[in-house]
Amino acid sequence: MTSATSRPTPAPATPGPGNSARPKPAPPTGTPVRVTGAQSLVRSLEAVGVEIVFGIPGGTILPAYDPLLDSTKVRHILVRHEQGAGHAATGYAQATGKVGVCMATSGPGATNLVTPLADANMDSVPLVAITGQQTRALIGTDAFQEADICGITLPITKHNFLVTDPADIPRIIAEAFHLAKTGRPGPVLVDIPKDVLQEQTSFIWPPELRLPGYRPTTRPHGKQVREAAKLMCSAKRPVLYVGGGVIKAQASPELLELAELTGMPVVTTLMARGAFPDSHKQHLGMPGMHGTVPAVGAMQSSDLLIALGARFDDRVTGQLGSFAPGAAIVHADIDPAEISKNRRADVPIVGDCKEILIELIAAVKAEKASGSEDLTPWWKQLDQWRETYPLGYEWPEDGTLSPQYVIERIGAIAGPDAIYTAGVGQHQMWAAQHVRYEKPGTWLNSGGLGTMGYAVPAAMGAKFGKPDSVVWAIDGDGCFQMTNQELATCAIEGAPIKVAVINNGNLGMVRQWQNLFYSGRYSQTDLGTHKFRIPDFTLLAEALGCAGLRCETKEEVDEVINRAMAINDRPVVIDFVVGKDAQVWPMVAAGTGNSEIMAARGIRPLFDEE
Amino acid sequence: MTTHTLSVLVENKPGVLARVSGLFSRRGFNIDSLAVGPTEHPDVSRMTIVVAVDELPLEQVTKQLNKLINVIKIVELEPSIAVQRELLLVKVRADATVRSQVLETVNLFRAKVVDVSPEALTIEATGTADKLEALLRMLEPYGVREMVQSGMVAIGRGPRSITATAVR
Repeated sequence: MTSATSRPTPAPATPGPGNSARPKPAPPTGTPVRVTGAQSLVRSLEAVGVEIVFGIPGGTILPAYDPLLDSTKVRHILVRHEQGAGHAATGYAQATGKVGVCMATSGPGATNLVTPLADANMDSVPLVAITGQQTRALIGTDAFQEADICGITLPITKHNFLVTDPADIPRIIAEAFHLAKTGRPGPVLVDIPKDVLQEQTSFIWPPELRLPGYRPTTRPHGKQVREAAKLMCSAKRPVLYVGGGVIKAQASPELLELAELTGMPVVTTLMARGAFPDSHKQHLGMPGMHGTVPAVGAMQSSDLLIALGARFDDRVTGQLGSFAPGAAIVHADIDPAEISKNRRADVPIVGDCKEILIELIAAVKAEKASGSEDLTPWWKQLDQWRETYPLGYEWPEDGTLSPQYVIERIGAIAGPDAIYTAGVGQHQMWAAQHVRYEKPGTWLNSGGLGTMGYAVPAAMGAKFGKPDSVVWAIDGDGCFQMTNQELATCAIEGAPIKVAVINNGNLGMVRQWQNLFYSGRYSQTDLGTHKFRIPDFTLLAEALGCAGLRCETKEEVDEVINRAMAINDRPVVIDFVVGKDAQVWPMVAAGTGNSEIMAARGIRPLFDEE
Repeated sequence: MTTHTLSVLVENKPGVLARVSGLFSRRGFNIDSLAVGPTEHPDVSRMTIVVAVDELPLEQVTKQLNKLINVIKIVELEPSIAVQRELLLVKVRADATVRSQVLETVNLFRAKVVDVSPEALTIEATGTADKLEALLRMLEPYGVREMVQSGMVAIGRGPRSITATAVR
């Protein structure tokens, strides 16, 4: 028996699985060990296989940081702002498929995690946030740095816990990770009072999970799958509507097999870019507000939508009442609450997308034996749209650098093995449109919440998760000014990411809407990054320990990207000074139906057709 | 919109009521009444929630409730196959001149007097919402000084138990 005061010896080293696959630790079992709550926490994190934690210490979480110093398994990355910790954990999780972990102190530390938690909740990212809390006796007294973070994050987490007994720490940590990564993934917050971390307790592993109300369905219902297969073989204008769930379920190979088996067109949503290769001839691109004309047109004219891990988000459907009016709906999702939430499903399938796809493939094969519809006429229509309305852009009339061109070149030079993150706005849409994605997990962005400032910290997290991959943050000058402090973290902790600031001097997407819907009255969208060159992004980059480059002409674009690609000893920031009048097209104006999609200003292909 | 009665078995843990009620307000659903109490299992509490929603939103409410980790089981109790009760405590002005008339009403409704003072009677009654409403209508002329009413609790008729299958 270890004495109560001595530091316990580290858990017996077990041959670790390294970075490969999902770590399956074989932690010590048997007799309980006397430890502090904080030691129990760190041991629990080690036991669930945590490799990296992004965080900032502070008053109430201080006890946890002491045993963390001794951990040889868990690396802590000291970030500059808790929001950075949260998005970094998200980027790590999105790039690796593992659970991302962030840590913060009570009060402001915890509230700074609110945005990344809401973000992860909307995009179903497996995340565990650990926050310090005031001592149990002080809870509810408005003590220093006290915030009811469980109450605050109730609507934006999959679940949260307030630990009131140190003996519960192993169980709650195990439950938090189980909840975060199973079923529909999501963020889980564990709030631990300081005295719970300080108290002596016993650590025993593995703990028994107590989640009587949590039983996610992963195996699809056979009858529903057969019903779907029947519809799929009799549809004349089917579309595979692929959402982020396919990436979460790591079901890209199965998707490819089903697509090729059926010959159906595929659209990939903003969250699903990379789930199906952009180079594939059946891929019509992204649907939705800034989707391609073929993708939007295909859905509008479809007689059968097969939604896989997608949620009929308003940015995809446009005005719901006029969305895909003639389509029957097969809706497959792991979350039963998503099915028929926005659009009534004719065939609901609850389950894990990978298992659903495997069973669908078998069912479609069986069904095809008795014949299926010829999709040639459908493809004729789709190809005609593809030919007439390919994704494109016009070079700015004023001769300024085209932001789309810059992004297209980054994608071409860095290639499909690189990981791309984006902030939110015009540059995000262009990055979704003009980079060619071939592999899942290479496109990370804030889809549901639309969090400006996501790109840099998410790229940092992705780089720590995939150190051998090239990671590009495609950011806007507005977004970049929200979270660029994490470049200091990148420089010091060794995350040589590459940041392309698509600097149009403005809050570009807002400006675009002001141009289109507010008669060009540009209220509060000029950031002065052009007019005054404040901040000077190259100097800012240097100050943060990065290489700072600038590019203002088309001729320099390839050269500067190649220079950035060659710098691997520190992060690089490129200030791409682009024109402010470039707009994102195609576009379905908010609140209108998808049939009114405009390929470019004033051109409404689907509407004009009728 | 129709009224639905949901019996919700939840883990008996702090904060569960906030999770459930927060979900209703967040998703824009109104709760007509909500009653929480213990069950025969110490780890499980039971909520009876009455909501006025159409069929489709009801499906969504149920699914969203089911997503809450602490929610173990949800059963909709149709009025025809369930016993539904509310509790009413009402303080009625009743001096010597009207006391016997008030008592007559109390007896008619099989309610009972639980406190008496020279100017007032406190009456306890249980029953369906309709019955309690009828009682209140009869008492109103005497002067209702104060009243308090519980949310509805409900249990299915017959031998079957919804907790038995839900709890290990």
